[in-house]
This record gives sequence, C-alpha cells and structure tokens, in this order.
Amino acid sequence: MFANPFKLKKQGILGMNKRNIHYIGGQNDRKYYPLVDNKVKTKVIAENAGIAVPKLLATIERQSQLRKLKDILVGLDKFVVKPAQGSGGKGILVIVEREGDHFIKPNGQRLELRDIHQDISNILSGLYSLGGKPDVAMIEKLVEFDPIFERYSYEGVPDIRVIIYKGYPAMAMLRCSTKESDGKANLHQGAVGVGIDMASGKALFAVQHNSPVTHHPDTGYDFSELEIPHWKKIILLAASCYEVTHLGYLGVDIVLDKNLGPLILELNARPGLAIQIANKTGALKRFDLIDKQSKTLDISDRVAFSINHFGVK
Amino acid sequence: MPRRFQVLLIALSFAFVGFFLVWYKVNVLGIPFLPHEKSSVYKVGAEISFEGKNKAVLVSMALPGAQDGIQILSEDVASSGFGYAEAQTENGKRGEWSKRKVVGPQILYYSLEVLIEPGEYNPKPPIESFEQESESLSDLPNTLINTAKNLLDDVRLRSADTHSFAAQLIQDFNAKEPSQAVKILLAQGGEAKLEILYRLLRYRNILVRKVHGLYLESARRNIALTPMLEVYDGKNWQLYDLNKGKVTRDKNFFIWKQGGDSLIDVTGAEKSNIRFSLNERQVPVQYLLDKKELLEKAAILDFSLFSLPVSEQNAYRHILLVPFGALVVVLLRVLVGLRTSGTFMPILIALAFMETTLFAGLIMFIVIVGMGLIIRSYLSSLNLLLVARISAVMIVVIMIMSFMSILSFKLGIKEVLTITFFPMIILAWTIERMSILWEEEGAKEVFIQGGGSLIVAVFAYLVMSHPFVSHMAFNFPELLLVVLAVIIMLGRYSGYRLSELIRFKSLAE
Repeated sequence: MFANPFKLKKQGILGMNKRNIHYIGGQNDRKYYPLVDNKVKTKVIAENAGIAVPKLLATIERQSQLRKLKDILVGLDKFVVKPAQGSGGKGILVIVEREGDHFIKPNGQRLELRDIHQDISNILSGLYSLGGKPDVAMIEKLVEFDPIFERYSYEGVPDIRVIIYKGYPAMAMLRCSTKESDGKANLHQGAVGVGIDMASGKALFAVQHNSPVTHHPDTGYDFSELEIPHWKKIILLAASCYEVTHLGYLGVDIVLDKNLGPLILELNARPGLAIQIANKTGALKRFDLIDKQSKTLDISDRVAFSINHFGVK
Repeated sequence: MPRRFQVLLIALSFAFVGFFLVWYKVNVLGIPFLPHEKSSVYKVGAEISFEGKNKAVLVSMALPGAQDGIQILSEDVASSGFGYAEAQTENGKRGEWSKRKVVGPQILYYSLEVLIEPGEYNPKPPIESFEQESESLSDLPNTLINTAKNLLDDVRLRSADTHSFAAQLIQDFNAKEPSQAVKILLAQGGEAKLEILYRLLRYRNILVRKVHGLYLESARRNIALTPMLEVYDGKNWQLYDLNKGKVTRDKNFFIWKQGGDSLIDVTGAEKSNIRFSLNERQVPVQYLLDKKELLEKAAILDFSLFSLPVSEQNAYRHILLVPFGALVVVLLRVLVGLRTSGTFMPILIALAFMETTLFAGLIMFIVIVGMGLIIRSYLSSLNLLLVARISAVMIVVIMIMSFMSILSFKLGIKEVLTITFFPMIILAWTIERMSILWEEEGAKEVFIQGGGSLIVAVFAYLVMSHPFVSHMAFNFPELLLVVLAVIIMLGRYSGYRLSELIRFKSLAE
C-alpha cells in the first residue's frame, strides 16, 4: 500500500513539505506573489512584456456595477467570468453561446442573467479568493481552442502546464478535462494529466486520479497519438515568464488558440506535484541539474538546455 | 545550511530549557510527575456591592475563622482604591475597607481557597466559657408566649434529648402543613424562622448559636449564606439546617460567621449587598499539602500559574491544552498529510468535544453540519450576498442548536444540552465552506475534508482530554517550550508525507 520513501527519494520525487520549504519558500519571494495571484495584474505585466494572453473584455470591481451587467455583456456570446484572485479553478464560469436571454455553458446547461449575476456577486464578496478578501471579477474573451485538442478534451479548454524552475522549463503536461472534472482542467477533480516530452511536445504517459490511462475516458482517443503543435514556441513563452515574475518556482498555464496560437492563461506561484506522476519522473533530479547551471543564460539558451537534457532521446 | 542550523539550535535550546525546568520541578522541588490522588479545593468568593454617595465609606465584613476539618489555604482581597485592614473582635475577625470619598457603584472582592481535609471529622470540644443570656420571650404578647410554651411542651414529649428536641422543633417548622402553633408564631412573631427558633431554643435553656455558612458543592454563583443553628447538648455541637433539619455530614459546610454579629456593615453608602460564589477544582492531595512549603522554597513557583486566582487558573487549564492540539494538527498535516477544512478548526471542535464528550459531540457536529448543509443549499438559490448568507447560516445553526436542546431535554438526553459549547461562528463557516466545496468539487471532497477535520479533531481530543497530558500541561507549563521546539522542527521537515507514499506509489516501481 505504501511506497518505500527511500525509493521515492532515489527517484527524485518532490514531496509537498519539501516543495513548500525549499521551492515555494526558498525560490519565490513573497513580494512578487500579488503579480501572479491577481490575474488582472498578471495580464498587465504580461502584455507589457509582449507575452500573449487572452483578451480582457471587462472587469467588475463593485457590486453596484452589477446593475449594468446586462449592458456589459451586450455583444458577448463567448466569454469566461473568473475571479482575479481565485485558486484551483473556483468561481470560473465559461459561456460558449448565447440564445436569447440564455447563456449556455459548455455542458449545455442554460443559465439566466441572474445566475451570472450571482456568480459575479460571489466573486466580489471574496468567496473564491484566498482568505476571503474582496475580489474583482474579470470577463475574458473565450479562447477558441485549437481543434487539435478536441479529441482529448470533454467540454473544456485543455491547458498545458509547464513548470519553470529558475527560468528553465523543467517539466510539462497537458491537462485534459473530462466529464468527471466538469470541464475543468484540475487533476484532483478528475481531469487527465498527460506528461509531455520536453523535446518534441509528444505525449509520454497519461494519468487520471494518479493511475495510468491510455485513452481519454470520454472521447476514447488514444493519448499516445497526441503531439502538441508549436511546442518550441510554447516553452519559450513559458520560460519568458520568469523574467517578468521573478519567481524561481513557477507554474505556467498555456492554452492554444485556433487563431492566436499559444496564450498564457494564468501563472501559479504554488504549482502542484501531480505533474511528476504524469511524467513518471521526479522533479528533483531536473531541479538539481538546473541548480548547477550558470544564471546568466538568456531565454532561448535555457530552453535549448531543457530540450537537450530533459527531452526523451 | 545556516538557516537549518539556526532552527535546530533554537529548537534544541527550547527543548533543553523546557526539560530542565521539568526536571528541576520534579527532582528538586518534588512536584509529582504523575497525576496523583486528587481532592477538591474550593474557592469561596464574596462580592460586596454598594453605591457611594460622595461620602467616606466604611465597610466591615465578618471573616471566617479557622475551623475543624476544613483548611483555609489562602486569602485574597481585591478592592481598588480602598484601604483594607483586619480587626479582631469578640466574635471573630472582621475585614474592614475604608475610603474617604466614594462616588457611584463599587464592588469589593474577598476570596478564600479552602480544602476539605482528608480523614474523619471531629467536632470541636465545647467552649468552656460559653455563657448564654437567658430568653424570656417577654416582648411577645401573652397569648403568643402560651402558644410557644405549648408547642415546646409538645415537642418535648416527642423527643428524648437536646438534639432530638432541636431536630423535632425544626421539623415542625418545616412541615408541609405546619401546626396551628407554628403558623401563629411565624405570622405574629414578626421575625424570621432563624430568629424564632433561636429564641425558642434559648427559652428552653439550650445552648445554641447562630451560624452562617456555605455548603461546599459544585460551582455556584450569586448565592447567599445559608443560615443554620448550632446546638450544644453538653457533649457535642450539632449543626441544624433551618430547612433540612440535622446536618449529618457537616464537614462540607463551611462556616463563614458564628454568633449574632452582622455579616456586613456599610456606613456612608447605600444599596449595599453581598453575594457569594463557589468554584471547585481538583488538585493532587500531596501537592496541596506541600504547597506552602514549596512556595517558600522556590521563587519560580511564585511566578507559576498557581499564583493566579482560581477562575484564571481554570481558563489556563483549557488554554494550555491548545498547543497540544496544535501539535496534533501539525503532525497529522505535515507527517500524515490529512486534509482538513480550515487549519485550526479541528482544535476548536476538539475543545467543544471536551465539554460534550466525544460520542455525543461527534453526533451533534454531524447533525448540525448536515442539517446546515441542506438549509444552505436552499439559501444559495436565494442569491444572497456572502455576509448576509453566512449570517443567515449562523442564525439557522443557532436555531438547530436550540431545537436540539429543547428536543433532547424533553426526551431526557442530557448530553445534548452541552451543545452550546460548539463555537457557532465556526460551525457557520464550516457549513459555508463545505457547501461551496460541494458545489465546486463535489461530495467526495466534502467527505475527504470534513472527514479529515473530524479525524484530526478526534485525535486532538484524545490527546487533550488525556489526564496525563492535562496534568503535565498545567503543572509543567514549561513543556510548552518543548512543544514549541517540536513544532519548529516539524516546520522544517521536508520529507515525504504518509499520504504521498500512496500518491506516488506508481513512481517507486
């Protein structure tokens, strides 16, 4: 039932306590957290640095603005409502279509204006933010995701999580939503995590609930045929976030837009550990190797280093 | 690794200081390391209140003297701005407070710690010089005197000796349907039962004293002294409760005042009143008997929690257990990896369990949170703002709690009445969080986190309610340094959690 902890250590598996002490606590300076914890701020700094992000359509900061919600949503049929300081995908509402007075979720559920009103009201009162602080709701353009992923995702945008350690892409995975995860790309809610080869962008392994799967549980497609296009562009984009965030241990979530290519969806200063299971590799080995490199390399050299050392040969 | 070294150094020095102090207390001062046989120590408090009228005030209160079978451990006077002195009078000590100019309502406190000494109670030997003025009842009208005489003659026929006479007389006065004579005496004598009985007994030339005191029972507040009569038959003194008759086990009756002097005299103020309170706690016998000696021996005990008033000591009894609960939380989260909803919510639940008992507490918690979740799911469809919704949930929690209390009271289930110990704000937040969790992540996550919280709470309860732990926590508060050291060390533990050994199992193969 239990794994031998010494074996895990030998494999270089990063545990939660070590992550908290040495990587989050040791590499991420607290003063930079607001940049990634607040998605509005992230968007601003990313845009300023020329990093591609989904377009921000509106922000709602006060309950009083909700009275004008109908006007704000005029002409918007495909959008995402999310809390600026939310975590774990909480409070995110995706609208893919509009039919008269109804807003339609990816799973076909029809919402009325007052449902959206309620969600935003919850966001503003801080229900989804860390520590219950009053928050801001963002309305973002819905990413029209690349059809290449349609086969591997159920009602949602699959996103690519890249762990950037000290500016080097260390590990990557594709997170595919399933029926069980309610269209969300969170592994603990039942989404499938697919480990991605750093060199080629090809799928390595897939796991759901920590156990291996070969096919998507809802669409039935084989993960081994999966290959992510624009791979080099994606990891370059991810690695470039190090310069703007100054965070040594960073999770970068990227989506592929049909027209715009890779976009940064959000940044995470406390990326999780499930990525190791999807890659069947411990993160520590890679982190230790990166620790030995000189710090002065530029983005493309760092990416080249990662491709050389972490790619499957 | 300088930071790691620092942490280690701090933790080790804390642990060393903690253990050293424990060793010193056990081996040099002789405080028992293991919980001992306990006995009750009562804190008896008197609270004198009055309203100053911008005049000089003198308050004089009768103080209890030494008595057999009950040992006075300590005495405490709290009265800001008042001068305090003790005076010896014919009928015992009196405490006197004085102040030149007193305005507005005032409260004076006087308290004693007393211990019922182990062993048999031996009544006092008779006081040789006890002389009593004879009573002629001459101020009463003739008819009333005759009634009294008839009653006393009647009682005499029904009794064998002095004690049975006194007992019969008191019983007559307490009968459900008192005799005509008693009714007349009570109605026309114009005096309280105590005074009438006192005079009647003296009329028969029985040696009798008025006594006021308190039954040392469980905690009571806002009570008055119980009046009693003490009767001497030439050999023994016997106490008689005016309502219950003969007091057989007079050992737990603490005599505050003997004789006819007033309990308090207040000059220069109005609306004076005196109330008493009682508080009980369990203390190791051995330790108590040595306490005085110990205090002389070691100055550090003067700074220990024992020097605080009893009510504060009682509060610390609970507060000092919280760090042990926190240690359990840290252990279970850092080493085991249990997920809980709210970091320290389990400790608060565990504290509630300590009042309600574990089983009843668990059931009540599950029922309240379960019912709360159902009601919260309806509230969510009403589209309320967050603060209003949580307040609504809190009110619903209070209603569920009071309903459960009433229902259980009617059904005679006493345990549920302790439900009030649950911190309701925490319950309301728990319900809110769990309900959000349910909507966002499904029922499974609710059971994982709710179950995790309960498991941690149960473990924390088991540790905190263990007699050994509570003994150690209270008698050796320096152990907090050791707990602190362990928690600091755990704070730098970067190894795997037990749950991760399962989670990453596939990677170890």
